[in-house]
Order: sequence, then structure tokens, then C-alpha cells
Amino acid sequence: MKLYFKYLRAYFLSIAQYKKSAVLTIIGQFFTSLFSLIGIQFLFSNFKTVAGFTFEEILLCYANIMFSFSIAEFFGRGFDTFEGIMANGQFDRMLLRPQNEIVQVLESTFEISRIGKLIQSLLIYLLIIPNSSIEWNVCRLLVLIEMLVCGVILFISLFIIYASFCFFTTQGLEIFNIFTDGSREFGKYPFAVYGENVLKIFTYVVPVACIQYYPICFLTGKSIHIADALVPLVSLPYMFLAALFWRKGVKRYKSTGS
Amino acid sequence: MIEVNNLCKNYYVSNDKGKNFIQKMLYKELKKVQALDNIGFTINSGEMVGYIGPNGAGKSTTIKILSGILTPDSGTCRINGMIPWKEREKYVKNIGVVFGQRSQLWWDLPVIESFDLLRAIYKVPQSEYKKTLFLLTDMLDLDALINIPTRQLSLGQRMRCEIAASLLHKPDLLFLDEPTIGLDAVSKKSIRQFIREINHESRLTLLLTTHDMQDIEALTDRIIFIGKGKILFDGERELLRKKYNKKEVKVRCAGTVPELIRGLELIDFEDNNFSIRINSECIEEQEAIKYLLDQVHIVDITSSELSTEDIVVQMYKEYEV
Repeated sequence: MKLYFKYLRAYFLSIAQYKKSAVLTIIGQFFTSLFSLIGIQFLFSNFKTVAGFTFEEILLCYANIMFSFSIAEFFGRGFDTFEGIMANGQFDRMLLRPQNEIVQVLESTFEISRIGKLIQSLLIYLLIIPNSSIEWNVCRLLVLIEMLVCGVILFISLFIIYASFCFFTTQGLEIFNIFTDGSREFGKYPFAVYGENVLKIFTYVVPVACIQYYPICFLTGKSIHIADALVPLVSLPYMFLAALFWRKGVKRYKSTGS
Repeated sequence: MIEVNNLCKNYYVSNDKGKNFIQKMLYKELKKVQALDNIGFTINSGEMVGYIGPNGAGKSTTIKILSGILTPDSGTCRINGMIPWKEREKYVKNIGVVFGQRSQLWWDLPVIESFDLLRAIYKVPQSEYKKTLFLLTDMLDLDALINIPTRQLSLGQRMRCEIAASLLHKPDLLFLDEPTIGLDAVSKKSIRQFIREINHESRLTLLLTTHDMQDIEALTDRIIFIGKGKILFDGERELLRKKYNKKEVKVRCAGTVPELIRGLELIDFEDNNFSIRINSECIEEQEAIKYLLDQVHIVDITSSELSTEDIVVQMYKEYEV
């Protein structure tokens, strides 16, 4: 863990070499996501609710997904860009070091520009948590935190799966972005908005709905089942699944080389 | 220390020759390439071995297997009593690897920060780290470089830092994969000298791959020569020299060309000057020169030996690799 902070420090030292560029990308990220926010605003100037969700509830959804995805991208950037890490021989170097490979990829790089999105989602929380129709209590706050933490875990797991494909195809499978970037884009609205089939895919294949739609229903009082509040926890076994897939990939890499 | 037996490794590449676009899309034909074919050798502790061969001979594959990056298809390999690819995390603590073409330093960080990260990765105790660092800075003359970000170093400076980086955790075994590639003469020399010193002082075992025969000449007594995945020669460098070296004596003469007795060969001729090559297998050099002295006026005698480089070129030719 101490080593992890050393890597983090090293990353910030590197960033400090390009301060202007870092600040500009953070601002850029802030504004790109601001546009989709304006999109939601525009939508609600015509409708009162979307699939039974109010403006504040949709915003909560939006902020949640953006928050977890940005944090996941900040920490899991190494998996997101694993293609490059493998292509330039950095992965060989990792195999030469006495440390677990997953940890090393996590340590290899971070992504500071996502702070722009993080700030935006924090602003939204400030705006809507006091104003929304949800009655906040300790239990609901805990569910919110659970959603965010499990969200980060789930997205990092998805990145790991995405990276593992590189072992089999040497190039990343761009199609898998449907599930990573796609779930971020789709996730701005509760998944039920897109119909039952989409909801099913995002529940059973890529369980993003589990950290978003079901607990949101619980928070907003649309569901009173305790199961809906606890369903984000499926991201934990999902993470093990991802790690398993990754190990299979590493084994294959070691027996074929690059 | 290193014991390698019957190591085999195959790669499969797709064979698209003579197929049209649709055929390529529909099915893939895999062609087997034998990267390593029954490789076996033993290297003792403290030995310095040159591993040479043409491009694509399997040098890098061997290094990757010995350092635990790749798993071979068959064969055994025990280093320090461990199987590299089976106990990777434990095994790599005791080895260092320098890839001449790839950096292990953090690109944007001052070198010292990279060193500090490596210290943490290998869990080297502070006091020991300071001692090693002091020693390495002194030997490799890194004082002025250590606070500069890696990206601003010249290749020669960077390579010195790379070598230091791979020795911070005091490995018993160091793999050097083309450590002098692209360096200027001065840098090459200083790196060679350092390698010699460190091998001598700390009894570090070294396996060196290179295309630079001066490296081999300056550093190693033993050569393992590999071509098309097979070991073609393993032994003393001197032995190789004896086997291939044909000392060549050329005599430049003035006058008319005399009758050429056995062992003499006319190699070039212009006006009144001509050169004769003496083939020492057929005639004693002394005798030949005496004979020529009687017949013509000798202008110059040159004698040359084949360099290791020429020997290797001859070996490439002989083994058709």
C-alpha cells in the first residue's frame, strides 16, 4: 500500500512537468460532460418526468455514474490503456518485477483529467441532495455510498475484462467499449428508460443496472425491497470473475509471447 | 547456477500467402515457427557468457524464458534452484534485466525518483540501498545525471542509469540484452568497463546478447552461438578463433610476376606492382617470403587476422543462418 502511494506520487510528479496541459484537460473534461447535462435540462423543459423519474432523480443517476466512472478511470487507467502497455513492452517489464501484475497495471498510470468530471458530479450532489424529493436518512445515505463504491469496483472490473481481451487479440476489442463507455452514457438515465431488453443486458451481462437502476428505485421510494438496496454488492463477485479472466489471459500471454 | 535442458518454444504465425481477401477472412492457416529447438546449456556462478546469433535466431526468446516472462513449450530450466516461469514473483527478486531498446525508468521523473520507486518495489532496506546507490553512482559516474528527468538524458547517459537501475536490488544474475546498441564509442567503452568491473568484484553472473563483436571480445570468454533456434557453438571464444582464423599474409612486390609455386596466389596486379597472398596451409610463410625475395623486389608485407566479427560472418555463412 505504501508502494501504491509512491506510484501515485510519481504520477503527480510527472504531471507537474506538464501543468498547463493537465489543467486544460481537466477543464475540457468538465465542459464536455456539461453538454450532456444541458441535454437533460433541455429534455425536462418539455417533459415533467421520464419513465416516472423526476429531474432531480435523473440528475442523481447522472452524478452517480459519472462519479464512479471518473474514479474508476482515475485508478484503473492502466487497464483502459492496456493495449499500449502491452505493445510497447511495458508489460514484459512488469513481469520482471516481484509484484502481482494486476497491482502493477493499476499502479502504472492514473488519469488526472477525470477530476473535471468528479467536480461536476460533486456540484450536482450539492445542488440536488438538499432539494430533491428524497427524504435522506442514514440508511439512504449508506445506500448512496454503497452505490458509489460498488460502482467504482464494477467499472474497474469492466476495464480489467476489456484489458484481458488484449491477451487474446493483441489489440483491444473496441466493441467492448459498448459496455464500458456505453454503460456510462446509457447510465445517465435509469436503465428502465431504454426498455426491458436493455435493462436485462445491463443486469445480467454487465451488471451496471445493479449499481444504478435498482438502488435508485429504492432511494426514491419506488421500491421497498431491501434486495434492491443490497444488489450493488454483486460487483464484488464480478470483480473476482474479472480477475480470473485476467489470469487466464496472462497465462496465455506467457505461453505465446508478443 | 543456470541449467537449461531441451528447451523448445514454437510460435504460430498465420500464413496468408497466396490467398485472396475473402479466403483470408474466412479461415486462418497457422504456420509453425520453431523459435527454440532443443536448447541446452549450463552457466556457472560468476561466469560471463556472450549469447550471439543473427536477428531472429531466438536470443530474445531465450532471455524472455530465462527471466520468467515466457513459458516454454517443453524442456526444463532451473536457475538458483527455481523454475523462472513457475515461481515468477520470488524468482525475479534475484535477477536484473537490461533491455537496450526499452527503458525501465519513469520517463518524466528524475532518475533518482525512479531509483527510489525501484527500491520500494524490490523492498531493499534503506541503509543497503544507500550503500549500493553510492557505489553505483561512483562507478558509473551518475552524480550529474541523477536529478535530471529520464527523457532529457542522452542514450549513453540513460543506458548508464538503466544498468544502475537493474543492479539496485543486488541481483546474482544479470541479463543484458544489447546493452550497447546505438551508443557512441566512449559510452560503449565505459559501459564495457563497468560490466567487467562488476563481474569481477561481485561475482555477478552475466548473460549478454549483442550484435557488437567488440562487446564480446572485451567482455566474455565463453560464447554460445545460436541460429535458427539451435545452439551451433558453445565454448571458449579462443577456440572459435582457432577454428576459423586464417592468418592472412600479403606480400606486395615490384617487378615481373615470378613463377607461382604451390601456396602462392596472385591477388591483384597493376603496372609493375602486384600482390601475392600466402596460403599458410600449403607453404611455410618464411619459406614463401624467402622464395619471393630471391625473385622480386618486396615493397611491403602485411599480415592480418580475422576479427571476431569476421569469424561470426563466416559462421553465419557456414551454418546458413
